[in-house]
Amino acid sequence: MSLLQVEDVVVQFGGVTAVNHATFEVVAGSVTGLIGPNGAGKTTCFNVITGLQRPTSGHVRFDGRDITRTAVHRRARRGIGRTFQRLEAFGSLTVADNVRVALDIHEGFRGIFRPGDHDVDELLERVGIAEYAAERADSIPTGTARLLELARALACQPRLLLLDEPSSGLDEAETEAFGALLVELAGEGCTVLMVEHDMDLVMSVCDEIHVLDFGSVIAAGTPAEIRVDPKVQRAYLGYSDEGQGAHVAESLDETKVLAR
Amino acid sequence: MDSFLSYTFIGLFTGAAYAIAASGLVLTYSTTRVFNIAHGAVGMVFAFVYWDFSQRQHMPAWLALALVLLVVAPAFGVFVQRVLTRGLGSQPIGVSLVVTVGILVGLIGVATQIWPPASRTVPQFFAGHLITLGNVVITWHQVLTVVLSGVVAGCLYLLLNRTRIGTAMRASVDNPDLLQLYGGRPQLVAALAWAIGTSLAALAGILLTPVIGLQYYDLTLLVISAYAAAMLGKLTSLPMTYVGAMGLGILQSYAVGYLPSAGNVAGLRAVVPTLFLFGIIVLLPQAPLRIGQVKGLVSAPVPTLGRASIWGGALVLFAMLLAVGLSTSNLLLLGTAATYAIVMLSLVLLTGYGGQVSLAQFTFAGVGAVAYAKIDQPNLFGLLVATLVAAAVGALVAIPVLRLTGLYLALATLAFAQLMDKLVFQASYAFQFNNPLHAERLSVLGLKIDGTGSYTVMMTIFFVLLALGVIAVRRGRLGRILIAMRDSQAACGTLGLDLRWLRVGLFAASAGIAGLAGALFAGLRGTIVANDFQFFASLLVLLVAVIWGVTSVTGAAIGGVFLMYLPVAQSDHANIAGLLFALLGFGAVALGRDPNGLANKIFGFNSWVVDRLYPALAERYPGMALRSRTDEWDGAVDGVDDESLAASGTEVERDVVVAG
Ligand SMILES: Nc1ncnc2c1ncn2[C@@H]1O[C@H](COP(=O)(O)OP(=O)(O)OP(=O)(O)O)[C@@H](O)[C@H]1O
Ligand SMILES: [Mg+2]
Repeated sequence: MSLLQVEDVVVQFGGVTAVNHATFEVVAGSVTGLIGPNGAGKTTCFNVITGLQRPTSGHVRFDGRDITRTAVHRRARRGIGRTFQRLEAFGSLTVADNVRVALDIHEGFRGIFRPGDHDVDELLERVGIAEYAAERADSIPTGTARLLELARALACQPRLLLLDEPSSGLDEAETEAFGALLVELAGEGCTVLMVEHDMDLVMSVCDEIHVLDFGSVIAAGTPAEIRVDPKVQRAYLGYSDEGQGAHVAESLDETKVLAR
Repeated sequence: MDSFLSYTFIGLFTGAAYAIAASGLVLTYSTTRVFNIAHGAVGMVFAFVYWDFSQRQHMPAWLALALVLLVVAPAFGVFVQRVLTRGLGSQPIGVSLVVTVGILVGLIGVATQIWPPASRTVPQFFAGHLITLGNVVITWHQVLTVVLSGVVAGCLYLLLNRTRIGTAMRASVDNPDLLQLYGGRPQLVAALAWAIGTSLAALAGILLTPVIGLQYYDLTLLVISAYAAAMLGKLTSLPMTYVGAMGLGILQSYAVGYLPSAGNVAGLRAVVPTLFLFGIIVLLPQAPLRIGQVKGLVSAPVPTLGRASIWGGALVLFAMLLAVGLSTSNLLLLGTAATYAIVMLSLVLLTGYGGQVSLAQFTFAGVGAVAYAKIDQPNLFGLLVATLVAAAVGALVAIPVLRLTGLYLALATLAFAQLMDKLVFQASYAFQFNNPLHAERLSVLGLKIDGTGSYTVMMTIFFVLLALGVIAVRRGRLGRILIAMRDSQAACGTLGLDLRWLRVGLFAASAGIAGLAGALFAGLRGTIVANDFQFFASLLVLLVAVIWGVTSVTGAAIGGVFLMYLPVAQSDHANIAGLLFALLGFGAVALGRDPNGLANKIFGFNSWVVDRLYPALAERYPGMALRSRTDEWDGAVDGVDDESLAASGTEVERDVVVAG
């Protein structure tokens, strides 16, 4: 049973085609990976799914319903949660308040009667950042901020969780704990779709993987299948072979850093 | 048929001037992401400079024009970009708006200081030369304007499409991140864009002065026409901007030609750009939520309610003392200060907490005042109705802008303020051509508050109660959500928050508070006129609020007194009246980047002194000093939010690390 269907989505920015007729599905209860070289269009796909970016053409279906034109907050209320590659934590609030706000928004008026801060503590505990609770969110390390975004997304009890490069900034032990948490979440019925460059993590926790290159899905399958797929190897290796491609990808990344 | 033709020509002329101004606005906005609200004011100042060169110093027209357009204006543009607005593009929209509003007010101040009000005329180019087509007469000036707009379009096309730096400009329009890949130097590109943009504003101002006169405000409001036109191209497309400008010019000309010149609809002629703007805003598609703009702001300390109540009580006591001691005229000034302070409270909620900007806050005060005077119920009920009317009008302004982001809301409010100035406040159901309206003072629960002293104390009590309310909001759930919305709209949206209605609600609440201030003001004065609520006052309120600190109620209190004192100072020192505006405007430019303002700096200094001084005192006088030190410290701990412990009054940019 597929929870999310991305059908023939195209996104163009001026002359750049960021997503080019991408089609893929996410099975309910799975941990699915979305991988691809820099600039392949992964983040743009996430933006299309969450409604932050309107696709030039194509459709997104969630739980059988077409949500292509649904507003961002409605999709969230239907159960799509996400974290961001470029962090979007609420910098002027404390870590605990970040989660508290998410609960406030999720619970609406019911939340006025929320007893104490039990839920907040529990969520912070679960992602393992309880010790930072009182710190401002713009003063914590990147890896911690990513976990905070995860806790914040979990506060809304999503049925589908989109994680954009969640493990960057985490050390090895933290990454391992994080992988275990993902599997646990999927077991509880929270489907996970994850963009990730750490191949060890992807290969160990994902049930299924889709590979994007130049905006199109070039391969899909289990980790074992993806590992030996020649097209995938070409997509990743091709850059270092030609040299120039890698250079472009790198410099794109550098400009992003400078622009911030 | 003949009249139709001549109206069309006049429309083309106006449209051409708008197109020149608007393309300058688009160029600067799309390359640097700084929307220059002062674009019209720039045109105004350079029209005065042109007058000075050509009329006062008797230079030949071509020399004066060349000097202004090729030397003075571009130099000023580069100065503004380099010194005043540098790096603003990546700041929250509220900051860049406040800074450019500061430039606007500053320029008006400079112009009134250098060229005090007097009758000045700027002749048309080639005055006296006419072209006659049948019964239609066209001046060479009009033809020249249309030709120049074509030349500007052609030059911009060549610049953007045929030159290297132009390519870099277009790249930065599409994606600033890519600019460097084209080998562009962003600072050079920005400086060039502002040089050209300023020149174009100057040209449009100079071309329009023979028609609309050399006035401080009318030319400044040219910016509304310019951005109304640019809005058709979503502030980035030059060809669509030209289409918008021509359409607007012709529409306005037909409105002047065919709408009756008397009666209620007569005012419509002056507000065609505003109506055009609202029309386009309604048609614009939903704007995407901005991603990757997150900035944590260090907020001013938020006191606990208990602590704030003590300060509030002290303030009321102080007002009571003044009520006994001061003369009636001074009490009226005190009441005016309370009015401004309450309006600034509305900005604390809207701008300080919510990150939205309104350029019409005093217009809402006017709405409240008119409503209060008209319903003629001088009691709490009348006050409540006036508040609700202002809130409803606020919601009406915000709803069309619902789907768009903060910049558009702010632009809509400026247009709305002008619409109210020119149309509604002049209409028979409001003031009717500057007739004064009468309003009675309030009675609270049957108790008539008649004396100026007691009324002023009552206004102070209203300020304190509202301030406590604002603090309570900030400390509660709603306050937390507002801060979250200010920090990251994208994150709020993906957590399930409907930002649109929250924004409308916030805007309405803030308009309501301003309306309440206006109603109290009406009772204070007894008579009010339309001039009390002009758009310019809204700009001053915003600037003063930001200068003293728009994130705290203390800033509002001090700001209210400050703004009350400004006109007093101006009439005491009439020879530097303009200079005071200029100081205020450029002061806001300097301080606008820190919304916590001077009030917070004073507190920062205070606690710095306390931290340094107490240890020394404690050594000398062990018993006494230690005791007061602990008191202070306890108070500070439970009196202040966690976040204020890090307060330094500056903005903290989070380090964002690119992954992958
Ligand atoms: N707002 C935008 N405007 C213009 N181009 C964009 C925009 N967002 C993304 N792009 C371009 O679209 C392409 C895909 O970008 P995207 O961020 O989706 O890639 P990604 O797969 O997430 O890459 P990474 O691994 O570096 O995060 C890139 O070429 C990028 O430059
Ligand atoms: Mg990405």
